[in-house]
Amino acid sequence: MLAVPLRALLQRFAFGLLAATAITLMVLSRAEPELIERLRTGITDASAPILQFFSQPAASVASALDEIDAVMAVHEENAALRDRNARLLKWQAVAQQLAHENEVLQGMLNVVPDPRATFVTARVIGDSGGPFVRTALINAGAAHGARKGLAVINGEGLIGRIVEAGERSARILLLTDLNSRIPVVMEASRDRAILAGDNTPRPRLEFLAVDSRAGVGDRVVTSGEGGLFPPGLPVGIVSSVREDGVLVQPFVDWDRLEYVSVLDYTLPGVLPSTRRAERVGSLR
Amino acid sequence: MSAVWIQRVDTFLRGLTPATLILLLVFVGAVPWHLPGLAPVTPAFPLIAVYYWSIYRPDKLPFAATFALGLFHDLLTGTPIGLTALVLLLVQGIVNSQRVFFHNKPFLVVWWGFTLLVPVAALTSWVIGSIFLGAMVPPLPIIVQAALTILLYPVLAGVFSQIQFHFMQRL
Repeated sequence: MLAVPLRALLQRFAFGLLAATAITLMVLSRAEPELIERLRTGITDASAPILQFFSQPAASVASALDEIDAVMAVHEENAALRDRNARLLKWQAVAQQLAHENEVLQGMLNVVPDPRATFVTARVIGDSGGPFVRTALINAGAAHGARKGLAVINGEGLIGRIVEAGERSARILLLTDLNSRIPVVMEASRDRAILAGDNTPRPRLEFLAVDSRAGVGDRVVTSGEGGLFPPGLPVGIVSSVREDGVLVQPFVDWDRLEYVSVLDYTLPGVLPSTRRAERVGSLR
Repeated sequence: MSAVWIQRVDTFLRGLTPATLILLLVFVGAVPWHLPGLAPVTPAFPLIAVYYWSIYRPDKLPFAATFALGLFHDLLTGTPIGLTALVLLLVQGIVNSQRVFFHNKPFLVVWWGFTLLVPVAALTSWVIGSIFLGAMVPPLPIIVQAALTILLYPVLAGVFSQIQFHFMQRL
């Protein structure tokens, strides 16, 4: 047994050393992000099976609650759905007609077709669990084709993009995160802007032209600028236009992210795919 | 193996209880719970555990363990690396320096101590986090998180004291 004063001294030394290490790591992660990123992907890869195990009961509790909710509201919902179905059938007819017309017109004009995006679907096994970042972990990694820089969507719209990819897990930077910048366009007016996250539920539009006629309710979609995201992915609708900025309400319901799709959209033959991802990564 | 050895291994494993619980709570905090609006304000479970064990069994939670668990939390959740590690260390350091005050105090006093400490931890992480990210992090989620963490303390402390009673009584 060590003498008590000596132990106290050692403790103090350990405290100082560890606190200094923590600060050093913070500085290092700014100076050498690659190094820390490798550490992160290693840890998340190793933890992915455990998170997957834990996230399943959590998801079933949530879905049980949803189930109860659904049973309570089944009558009203049924009526609303019938109504909506009737309207959607009309829309379907219109869409089919337009799609056909579009195809014929594109054929007449010899339009270069957009590359088809392939995708993998993965489950969300972890969220940021804190106020500083808006990220999510998914159980697909490099082994499944998830690479840094790829867009992530679900049925509702754009979620974000992959910032770290391990072998069997990857981290998505949600479009609401402080560090997220996404080139977008107003669907109707074609005004371009950058959708900048600020950790609030509603990101803002930056670099929007001064004479833009953006109004509340306008749809915002990805512009495809930079070639990383396919153009036209639904992002959200303009929720408020004020002197200090235009805010966008994303389509995605962040509380119910369960399954997401990673879109691999590469223009074949234009650039080697890995270089593209790296380039975008270094733009961050 | 002789009985003495089994005894030793048993003692060692029981001594790991605080660290194991904190590790478990890091996972609990990182899993998506799909509860409306919870993710950004997930209570700081590890903070509760570090405070509790620093008061009741500081001998079984060395600084190095706290640091490692905080770092693991940062890596897993995408929080700026080292931030949680630093804040947890700070909390443990403050508790350690006030050991005489906390000695044999009733639950309410310990909880009151926690309500004083959590805002300090929250403010520290907000300032350092904002500097690190190069932008002011919205303070509201941090305030809500601090409040939830304080409210959750009695529940987790109750669970911990049961575990302590059953697993670590003769340690």
